[in-house]
Amino acid sequence: MKRKLILIISILSLVLILATGCSTEEKQTLNVLNYDIYIDRSLLTEFEKANNVTIKYDTYSTPEEMYIKVKSGASKYDLIISSEYMIERMINENLVNKLNFDNIPNYKYISEDFKNHIYDPSNEYSVPYFWGTLGILYNKNTVDASSDSWAMLWDEAHAQKIIMMDSQRDSFAAALKLLGYSLNTVDEKELDEAKELLIQQRPLVMAYITDGSPAIMINEEADMALVWSGEAVSAMAENEDLDFVIPKEGSNIWIDAMIIPSTTDKQELAEKLINFLCSTEATLRNIDEVWYSTVHTEAIELLDEELLSNPAFNIPQSDLDKMEMFRDPKEFIDLYTERWTELMAN
Amino acid sequence: MKDRTKYFAYPYVVWIFLFIALPAFLVLLYSSTTKESNGLTTIHFTLENYKKFFQPIYLNILWDSIYLAAVSTVICLILGYPAALIISNTHVSKRNTLLFLCILPMWMNMLLRTYAWMTILGNNGILNNFFAFIGLPTFNMLYTRGATVMGMVYNFIPFMILPIYTALSKMDKGLLEAADDLGADKKTVFTKVILPLSMPGVISGIIMVFMPAVSTFIIPQLLGGNKSMMIGNLVEKLFILNGDWNFGSAISMVMMIIILLSMSIMNKFDIDKEGGARLW
Amino acid sequence: MVKKYLSKIYMGIIFIFLYAPILVLAVFSFNESKSRGNWTGFSLKWYIELFHDHDIRSAFYYTITIAIITAIVSTVLGTIAAIGINAIKGRQKALILNVNYLPVVNPDIVTGISLMILYISFNMDFGFNTMLLSHIVFSTPYVILSILPKLKQLDVHMTEAAMDLGATPMYALRKVILPEIKPGIITGFLMAFTLSIDDFIISYFTKGEGVTNLSIVIYSMARRGVRPTINALSTIMLTVVLLLMILINKRTNGHEKSKKTNRSEV
Repeated sequence: MKRKLILIISILSLVLILATGCSTEEKQTLNVLNYDIYIDRSLLTEFEKANNVTIKYDTYSTPEEMYIKVKSGASKYDLIISSEYMIERMINENLVNKLNFDNIPNYKYISEDFKNHIYDPSNEYSVPYFWGTLGILYNKNTVDASSDSWAMLWDEAHAQKIIMMDSQRDSFAAALKLLGYSLNTVDEKELDEAKELLIQQRPLVMAYITDGSPAIMINEEADMALVWSGEAVSAMAENEDLDFVIPKEGSNIWIDAMIIPSTTDKQELAEKLINFLCSTEATLRNIDEVWYSTVHTEAIELLDEELLSNPAFNIPQSDLDKMEMFRDPKEFIDLYTERWTELMAN
Repeated sequence: MKDRTKYFAYPYVVWIFLFIALPAFLVLLYSSTTKESNGLTTIHFTLENYKKFFQPIYLNILWDSIYLAAVSTVICLILGYPAALIISNTHVSKRNTLLFLCILPMWMNMLLRTYAWMTILGNNGILNNFFAFIGLPTFNMLYTRGATVMGMVYNFIPFMILPIYTALSKMDKGLLEAADDLGADKKTVFTKVILPLSMPGVISGIIMVFMPAVSTFIIPQLLGGNKSMMIGNLVEKLFILNGDWNFGSAISMVMMIIILLSMSIMNKFDIDKEGGARLW
Repeated sequence: MVKKYLSKIYMGIIFIFLYAPILVLAVFSFNESKSRGNWTGFSLKWYIELFHDHDIRSAFYYTITIAIITAIVSTVLGTIAAIGINAIKGRQKALILNVNYLPVVNPDIVTGISLMILYISFNMDFGFNTMLLSHIVFSTPYVILSILPKLKQLDVHMTEAAMDLGATPMYALRKVILPEIKPGIITGFLMAFTLSIDDFIISYFTKGEGVTNLSIVIYSMARRGVRPTINALSTIMLTVVLLLMILINKRTNGHEKSKKTNRSEV
């Protein structure tokens, strides 16, 4: 027995040694936090090799989760990719460092359209990464999208075939827009109406999922899903029967950007990584992986016609005019959270 | 020798104080303070978090979790008891193999076991494809409460079979023969002898299925499509998303108290703890 | 006779219920297409993809590393503690055992958040260290629980006799106690190893800085929908667990048999 045990231990330690490889040399490490499936991972490996650093890469699924991670101080990150309204909040709470744009020459490629937005008015703290919108991914064979309205998600003919998001602000956005309200409302009456609408919708909903709906739609197991535009592009590429609509009542436009949190002690290295991710090649490879709309002026010139003709990627100006950006609701977030919990416990 | 070996326990006493007792105390501290006083310098004690939990929406979540866990426990009992009985009546040579087969799936990653059901229950999953193939209508199975219960039964049924089997196998077979000799029919032997003697195992099984079932958050998420929020989901959300650790801690305290109560019931019935440890 | 037949059918159904899902995963890991319901042909491509997946490779490395260190540390810690606890009597012992029992009975989610709060209170960086520490914390009680019964069976007079014959306490420990409780130690070691490999919830709350384990990767992949690479991964993991379990089972059976022969000799 003893011998067997020794054998097991030695085999396991061998695996261990092999797995560690020759990474004994002291390297600088860079802690990166990003949304799940939101980068071409090989880019990070390349950056690691070129700069002799180790990147520790973590993912999260909603901005709220990211905020708690940073705020609690559980991990000290050097670079974070997140959404505008959470960045706004973090800037206000002094959790973000100002950037030295001399270290980010590729910033010049970022389209002016995505600079100086309200979350970072003079663009000192963030570099835009991707942008997109919220809409409905549907199956052309089963769904009539002619109404071009959020009401599609309340259509009883598709009971148990509708997927909503397990993300309170996005699901509320659909209901608020259908009611004709701002998706940043802090009016309790408007929020109550939206909540009632979502409660009404509950029996029709197949599931509340974030990240998982493209797979279900590709497999034609649901008729429609509330998704972000990039998810729609990737799903449409795999199943020709799928299409995407941005309802006429208007939707949410979001910008995700790279920031350097104040906990870092490797600002320069992090800026180098930002610059690397802003290069045309890196952007093109990322587009190929995440399918969201790009903020890069040179990369967009190099994309093929098919992608550019997809309204989920190249979002038409007419839709853009009706879109609204999320703002940090500050303490009013509790109004959303309470109602969301009520909805989920219903 | 005995006196001196006593000191061997001291490092571990320090260890459990630091990593078991202290964390539990911190949860208690968080649960009875306000969000603003997390700095430890300005502590405001309050029962607000516990009061909040007794609002209808949260009680609904608690009752719903208890309900779903209870349904799963009952199904586990109904399915598991006969299995345990059959195993205990099997010839000794085969008994260990049967038992081993019952426990084996439990050693497989719980997420994988849950994930397996996603592939089976999906609208275009294996089961529905099979139904379609033999000409039956297909229906929504994944993302229902039924799927959640199914996932819990599947994950936790070994916790039911094993303690019942342990209780049954400890039973003195002479008692059965005696009852038989005294003219009791099979039904009477079962209700008057076997069942009462296996009660410790049944109770232990109920607790061991109910406890993980009531606190799970993966199963309602992956199989239930987040439609029935359970108490575990609420705690996870409060810690990971909302950052309301004080309220989250209060709910954890409630969960801990429920568990400790169950444990004292278990002790009352003098159930073999080592049997439980063996099972895990 | 009919009853026996029925019993067999019943156990058959139970085992189908228990094993069908696992079998389905294994079979579909060799499926050529991504579809989860239709078999389109044999292929090893999901295994190849699995070995090229960066996240899975790094998670595999951390899972194994943490499991090995956890098993070793908690076995050493648990063995020493168990010997000590066995020598303590009365209330003190009951108190230690009850606290020790807490991580065993507490829902994992409560253990997870309480450790998370602890680390944050002490301003620790979340990552490899916190995850490893947490695994040692929740595994050690199981090691102790698997060693204590063996210590109870131990003949006290044997150690006394050894010392009467001139053995130092340390020598007696090494030569008399340890060999006697070895089966418990080995079971504890294997248990700590398996518990660590399987853990999701506690790791989920104590992970950080690029350190994840296989369970966490499976969780995030499963949330994204059904993926054949997870099937391939689960087939590999199942095979490993199966081998480990057969090993444990053989050992305990062998042990029980030797115990029985001992008894019959008396």
